[in-house]
Amino acid sequence: MSISMLLSMAAAAFADRVALGRRADGITFSGLERDANAGATLLREDAAGSVAFIGQNSPLLPTLLFAGAAAGLPLVPLNYRLPRDVLRGLLDRLDAPVVVADSRYVEIARSTGHRVIAAEEWLSAARRTEPVPGPEADPGSAAVLLFTSGTTADPKCVVLRHSHLLSYVLGTVEFASAEERDCALVSVPPYHVAGIGSALTNVYAGRRMVYLPDFDPARWLELVRSEGVTGAMVVPTMLARVVEHLGGANADCPALASLAYGGARMPLPVLEQALRAFPETGFANAYGLTETSSTIAVLGPEDHRKAIESDDPVVRARLGSAGQVVPGIETQIRADDGSVLGPGATGELWVRGEQVSGEYRGAGSVLDADGWFPTRDLARLDEDGYLFLSGRNDDTVIRGGENIAPAEVEDALLTHPAVAEAAVVGVPDDEWGQRLVAVVVRREDAKADAAELRAHVRGLLRGSRTPDEVVFRDELPYTPTGKIIRRHLVAWLSPPVAG
Amino acid sequence: MSTEAVGLRAGLRLKSQVCATEVIVIRPGTRPLSLCCGGVPMLGRDASGAAETTPVAERMRGSLLGKRYTHPGDDAVEVLVTVGGAGSLSDGETDLVLKEAKPLPASD
Repeated sequence: MSISMLLSMAAAAFADRVALGRRADGITFSGLERDANAGATLLREDAAGSVAFIGQNSPLLPTLLFAGAAAGLPLVPLNYRLPRDVLRGLLDRLDAPVVVADSRYVEIARSTGHRVIAAEEWLSAARRTEPVPGPEADPGSAAVLLFTSGTTADPKCVVLRHSHLLSYVLGTVEFASAEERDCALVSVPPYHVAGIGSALTNVYAGRRMVYLPDFDPARWLELVRSEGVTGAMVVPTMLARVVEHLGGANADCPALASLAYGGARMPLPVLEQALRAFPETGFANAYGLTETSSTIAVLGPEDHRKAIESDDPVVRARLGSAGQVVPGIETQIRADDGSVLGPGATGELWVRGEQVSGEYRGAGSVLDADGWFPTRDLARLDEDGYLFLSGRNDDTVIRGGENIAPAEVEDALLTHPAVAEAAVVGVPDDEWGQRLVAVVVRREDAKADAAELRAHVRGLLRGSRTPDEVVFRDELPYTPTGKIIRRHLVAWLSPPVAG
Repeated sequence: MSTEAVGLRAGLRLKSQVCATEVIVIRPGTRPLSLCCGGVPMLGRDASGAAETTPVAERMRGSLLGKRYTHPGDDAVEVLVTVGGAGSLSDGETDLVLKEAKPLPASD
């Protein structure tokens, strides 16, 4: 039992439906299955131990994913922006990798000393190869290895086994639920868990996928309109750029029935502007981690509508929540001492379920004895099970003995009209242990100074949560998938060590 | 014709003796089952045989591709239909039931 089953069912049910690319000349579901099985035959001949991919998102990603699965090998999509030495370090950690690389990355991939084949060459070789059936992969074998973004530490290599991914897809997606006209626009990179999730869930639903590498808001909107895209997933920084590009205008994307966002915190003002710009579109906030095989909680379109229209502050507040957990997932909010907290109390979120891996290559499983995984995210649940996240446990600033979640202070800053982006970090301090520093990107022409912003926060939160300092920058450091790289800010703000 | 019940385990693929139906066991459940299609025991997908078998008329209501079925007496059982057919699924005399799932919005 392996993820190959998802593709073979789709290919049987809608052989001639286009799976990848434009409706006019894309690859059909049966074509994808053939390419994957032929690719698997090549990989077995190569005696590969794993398949690394250095490239942008394209129809090649699902092809490689299912080819690897049919050959019993994990796919390892790597960040194509990494410098050579880092790439080599990651590749050295894999079993006998064959590296498939987009043409522009072939040279850097070769310089790591690993076996490299250009993507187009690999695909044309697969198309010349007669598929030879092989044994089905064991459900307990690795299907995908993903390196975490490493915003707080070195990248960890998450192991997602066939059983995890199958459990995610079967638990959250109805087979063949897409209409023939449906189309998903994928703009997250292949090394993001949502890039893997999109390949699996859209195939199982029977939904065509089109791709936009190198995200650009104008081209994203153009593609949505020209391809009749009915569903898309974006990270918050992408949605912020779309909203900014529209400048208050209607997005004019009537076919776009659903727009999912996730991967990082969504600033509420951006979401409210997006809801106005896409009045016909159902919004979904997806929360998940690489270690949980993508989505574990969703705030769906109906929840968004109810929250926006409600006068009840409890319901209204849900616009800022991650919704309710998906079937098969259990949650616990735990205090620092390990005790389980009730509704309304904030603690660390622990989750359990068959889609939860919680396993790192080399380091093993971090699940506790009862199978619970610590997400390292701070969260609370309301009375109806809506999940509210308040940042990473590791990001918590401890100032003079008080725990401060940067998210709360950032949200307060973002309500000031001059603030475009904000990141709050703790910087080592002799007196307080850590002092609270806000790094702010001002809107164009905005003049608000540090004193004004500190007063603004003090008016909303208690005094100890007022930033000790507010500093301004032209931009914040983000990962390509929209997570703020806080350790870069801390390093930038910390005095160099003498000597 | 084979009448032997097959011991269930996750990942086991079975085929019908009376129609095109194929299933995969997602969860075997807590008790042994006699998984039938069209009233006739299912066989391992790679087993030979399956000829001259008469289905039970009232168990020919169909199995649906892509649907998950569970046992009315044991909701730990989960069987996924990978090829649909004319026969319906049962545990001996007990019909399996469709597992209804709340539709979720696409999220990635």
